[in-house]
Amino acid sequence: MTALLTAHGMARTLPEGVTLVTDIDLVIQGGEFVAITGPSGSGKSSLLYLLGLLDRPSAGRILFEGQDTAALSASDLAALRLARLGFVFQFHFLLPEFTALDNVLIPIRRRGALKPTAAEARARMLLDALGLGAAAEKLPEQLSGGMRQRVAVARALANDPVLVLADEPTGNLDTRNAAAVFDIFARLAAEEGRAVLVVTHDAELAKRATRRVHLVDGRIISDEKT
Amino acid sequence: MRLIIDLARGMLSRRRRQTLVSVLGVALGVAFFIAITSIMRGFQTYFIQQVIDVQPHIVIKDETRNPTVQAAQLALPDGAVSVNGVKPIDRVRGIRAAGEKLAMLEAIPGAAAAPILTGAALLRYGSRDVSITVTGIDPARYARVANIEKDMLHGRLDDLRSTANGLIIGDTLALRLGVQLGDTVVAVSPRGVSLQMKIVGLFHTGLATLDQSAGYVLLKVNQVLQDRPNVVNQILLRLADVTQAEPLARDIESRFGERTESWEEQNRNILTVFVIQNAIMYSVTGAILLVAAFGIYNIISTVVFEKTRDIAILKSLGFTEGDIQLLFLVQGLIAGFLGAVLGCLIGQVMIEGLAQLRFSSETPAGNDRFLLARDWRIYAIASAFAMVSAALAAVIPARRAARLDPVQIVRGAA
Repeated sequence: MTALLTAHGMARTLPEGVTLVTDIDLVIQGGEFVAITGPSGSGKSSLLYLLGLLDRPSAGRILFEGQDTAALSASDLAALRLARLGFVFQFHFLLPEFTALDNVLIPIRRRGALKPTAAEARARMLLDALGLGAAAEKLPEQLSGGMRQRVAVARALANDPVLVLADEPTGNLDTRNAAAVFDIFARLAAEEGRAVLVVTHDAELAKRATRRVHLVDGRIISDEKT
Repeated sequence: MRLIIDLARGMLSRRRRQTLVSVLGVALGVAFFIAITSIMRGFQTYFIQQVIDVQPHIVIKDETRNPTVQAAQLALPDGAVSVNGVKPIDRVRGIRAAGEKLAMLEAIPGAAAAPILTGAALLRYGSRDVSITVTGIDPARYARVANIEKDMLHGRLDDLRSTANGLIIGDTLALRLGVQLGDTVVAVSPRGVSLQMKIVGLFHTGLATLDQSAGYVLLKVNQVLQDRPNVVNQILLRLADVTQAEPLARDIESRFGERTESWEEQNRNILTVFVIQNAIMYSVTGAILLVAAFGIYNIISTVVFEKTRDIAILKSLGFTEGDIQLLFLVQGLIAGFLGAVLGCLIGQVMIEGLAQLRFSSETPAGNDRFLLARDWRIYAIASAFAMVSAALAAVIPARRAARLDPVQIVRGAA
């Protein structure tokens, strides 16, 4: 079986010469819930952006579903992100002018695979599944931090991605909300077979993942599965 | 596409006041464009209307545009033939076979033709002499090609027929000669013929050259006065469709050979002035719209700057650079569109306001108000102009937005 995501000898160096990550070899399968941990500045987020096809490596290769991403154009990568990947960031990053429902609808409408009624039904289903059914018509500013982050998760799941990437998704949340978000991720991996990659500095939360990749100074120093 | 428009509207709605200011800038540009164009076009249209109204649309003259080609040159087209000292053939000048040509011209649908004979004459009354141009007309036919009847102060064109040797002159000329309606003057032609003539009518056209040195008599009378029996030296044509004047004039000239001028050719100097006037007008109003475009550039730049995070998130969601560029281009177009709509309304109000204005002194043409063109095409041009400049203004910030690197933004914010 082809691995969902494979990184071979991958490195990312900024034009100024700063090395963000280096010597990354990683294979991620569907259904895995991977926590990427490490101290500040260890390159966790940089690794996530590379694996999420937002950034391109300076050296090495990334294979997504067996396909070398170096051969893909910027718009090919955009199409891939739209259809197969979902992002959640530390700050919720919802569009402030649009309701929770509209925010979730944006990627669905952009992809254009569903008719308007079906698209809205799917968005409401996602919001309901995350306990946000009542908040669908509210603007982000009317929601609590935890609710906003769950809307962002719903948006990440909008196009039924095979890979969900989250960058410190609980960084701004209290313990209870953080745990709730991690429970959602665990369920996405265990029950729905998606691969979930989460960057976190919280060791307690990382224990809930099925696999922990620890980064120091841009290198993987440990990779353990439970 | 609907999604892009929805996103664009959402983003602009957050900057309501700034959007309003730049929309107002565009609106003022559009409004001034409409008002100024309306004034200029109104005047030009009025002027052309006057010309079309008063003057015949086509004049056929008893001359050729180019000297006739000499027989020797025709016989040896490739030869180096030069004929010097050629004198015009001594023939009776005038349009030959005028009657037949007149019948042919009358057969053109929508055309009315009138033959005239013009010539110089000296009017003598007591000790005063004034030289004038006498036009011999057939009143019934002439009335169909030139609108002199409406300018008559006293008498009518038909009075020429009922009075022997009747003469109609301009009011200024009457003043210079010191004659009144009913007085008898002596007309002397360059050929030495002198006739006693009775003033049967006075006119005032507002055109100085006509009012002080033009006279109308019967065609037959002028043929006697000029000693050119049965000669017609011009045929005047009036058309139902004035836009056909120029092509028709060319057609007549190629068929008859006589020099034929349309009203456009006769007034070419003034029409050229109009072209320059329009060029000035378009550059001034274009400058206003250019300034307005900077307003749009400004707001789109601000929105791009403020929305870097949103741009990053849209890109991470799978929006392409093209999508992002379109998103901000659409915002510029929305501002341009709103400006165009508002500008058309303000322009309409300005035109209504200008229409109420009255000048204290009359213009030479006898108007005390602006002559305004009301044409939907002016609005259409102004709106299109606004939309295009708005789009151009939005292109630069939109391209910048499209090139933003989401990783740098997310990293900076996180």
